[in-house]
Amino acid sequence: MLPESRSKTLAGQPLKIAALVSVGQHPLWRRERRADQDARAVELALSLSPELPSLVHVGSARNESLRAYLGMGLNDVTVLNAEPDADAVPALANYLRDQALDHQLDIVLTGVRAECGEGSGLLPYSVADQLGWPMVPRIVSVVSITDGHADVWQALPRGQRRALRVPLPFVASVDPAADPARQSAFGPAQRGNIDSQPCAAEPDQARANWQQHPAKPRPKRLAVAKGGTAAERMKAATAKPQGQGGQVITEGTDREKAEAILARLVAEGVVR
Amino acid sequence: MSLRIRRNPRLERIRRNRLHPEHKSLMAATVPAIGPTGLRRINPHQTGFVMVQGRKRLNRLNPGGVGFATSSQPGRVQAKEKPLHRVADPLGYVAAVLDLPGGRLSSHDRDVLGLAQQLAQAKDEPHAVLAIALGDVRETDLGGAGADRVIQLSQLHNEALTGYCPELKLAVLNATEQHYQPAFWLFPDSIDGGADLGSRWAVQLGERAAVQAWQVSNDNTLCRGGSQLTDWHRPTPRVLLLAPECAAPVEELRHEALTLELTLPEPESVTIEDLGPVSVDPSQIALSEAEFILAAGNGVRNWDQFHQVATVLGATEGASRVAVDDGYMPRHRQVGASGTWVSARVYLAVGISGAIQHLQGIGQCETVIAINLDAGCDMVRRADLTVIADSEAVFAELLNLMTERQTGIAPQGGTAHEGEARHVA
Repeated sequence: MLPESRSKTLAGQPLKIAALVSVGQHPLWRRERRADQDARAVELALSLSPELPSLVHVGSARNESLRAYLGMGLNDVTVLNAEPDADAVPALANYLRDQALDHQLDIVLTGVRAECGEGSGLLPYSVADQLGWPMVPRIVSVVSITDGHADVWQALPRGQRRALRVPLPFVASVDPAADPARQSAFGPAQRGNIDSQPCAAEPDQARANWQQHPAKPRPKRLAVAKGGTAAERMKAATAKPQGQGGQVITEGTDREKAEAILARLVAEGVVR
Repeated sequence: MSLRIRRNPRLERIRRNRLHPEHKSLMAATVPAIGPTGLRRINPHQTGFVMVQGRKRLNRLNPGGVGFATSSQPGRVQAKEKPLHRVADPLGYVAAVLDLPGGRLSSHDRDVLGLAQQLAQAKDEPHAVLAIALGDVRETDLGGAGADRVIQLSQLHNEALTGYCPELKLAVLNATEQHYQPAFWLFPDSIDGGADLGSRWAVQLGERAAVQAWQVSNDNTLCRGGSQLTDWHRPTPRVLLLAPECAAPVEELRHEALTLELTLPEPESVTIEDLGPVSVDPSQIALSEAEFILAAGNGVRNWDQFHQVATVLGATEGASRVAVDDGYMPRHRQVGASGTWVSARVYLAVGISGAIQHLQGIGQCETVIAINLDAGCDMVRRADLTVIADSEAVFAELLNLMTERQTGIAPQGGTAHEGEARHVA
């Protein structure tokens, strides 16, 4: 099922991974679907361990879009039944704490931000804080597991990566730059089991008096010319911006030209 | 004593005649005086110039000067010092924790400082903006960006605050909270570390942070929800993670940027260890987020050499539409309106004439370097540095130069010099 080289073990045992999944929405027509980042977290979990990860969702067990996760090759998803306005953090923290006591739990993976609702991305931090585990944001892969520590790669801007070492167990959010999730298959999705569990999730008091509206388009920032005389400001506002053009080298040997280019690249810091 | 004002025709003639040897000294004598408050004082009786016919002429382009001379050096704008804004005894603080990618203020940082100033000035009591700059800081003008007070630390108990060290930074924030209790904590909601640090700090304070906040007043906040599809209206919390362009940066005033004292916290054990950056294969980086792109167009003939140069320079490969249509490069490497809009810092365009669709795609690039045979094409007008030459010959020389750089030895004899002799422009 899996390339054996990619799966990691801890003291000879396969890693125990939980993935927190949410219900996403299509960015254009807002149909419910599996959340892209959460699906990437499930994909990473599947690639790390030959043992199937456990999926946890807080919400309604009747939501059929959760089956898209089951279609990735999983047998069941645990749903902690809660109202839409419930606070998911204590419920998740309690459930994961129990799981960690029952059978060792090594890694909890989730997406960076939810696709609907508040989408603040604070949930993994809050859960990690309540569990007392370290939280690593925006990982793209787990490179190795050695003596109770995991070496992970974190996504940075401009496609760069950073290596971090973090002790197990830990919570991590998976960056959109991680491997894309596999396609969801219809048959396994229908055969999979949605395991509904009751949970005592309190209503989210902090959010009680917030209001949600459709997003207002944000004004674009305009470049406003300041200072100078009125004539200069008028010219700056109306004149077509002319590319002033840079340095043009026509004379000289090819070597001098290449040296000029290389000097510029070194000055910009892209060639070391 | 006669009250009659007598004209001196000789001086007037000298004032009018810029070529007169005494003109300069006469003009220097009428330099406008600077008053005690720093404002320029103008003597209304000395402004303007009375023409021979007895009409007074005013030149508003040069209010201090005499006669018709416009500013002495047209085109050179003298940088005026902005007025200084002081907060003498602040009763509270608005803390802004800056990202400082590469040690410099990003535009996002400036927006955050601008919003911090707005929040501080909307308070009834005098509040100061406290900029917290951790790690390697190369920015010298934090005051110009709106910082009244600064806490700047490059290391904490001999542990450098560069790289990924959220726990050390949290310790500094904790000490700041204990000493100064800022009214608001502002973070840029950015991938450069602001979002991570802000989330951790909100959880530690037990605050429900406003994330992707884009319209903030002292009472109410508007923040974007998941997938940017909804807005949440909520009371303003103490911790805010601000979206880019949340407020206008500070431009009109200078601020003091006084350094504040901070008793450093006890060292804590660090759980997350930074093992440093990983060298990434540039061909694996998505074109839209690559930092350095080498793009080829119709003018490239030797494609093996092009790929070799991209590998040696460590550049991500791009291509114009023509090169992709001709089958030399895959479709996902196309730059431009029908391909990818790139945001590279340095864009090296080889044999690309610069169709408008292509120039749109590279609109965000900071530095564009072009190699082209046609000096009149649009790409040359866009580029910061253009080399008019055959790309194959320049590539050969670039490869030689890179080999010399890497080995430290100049290659002996033949090929390079032959190439030089052949391709003298």
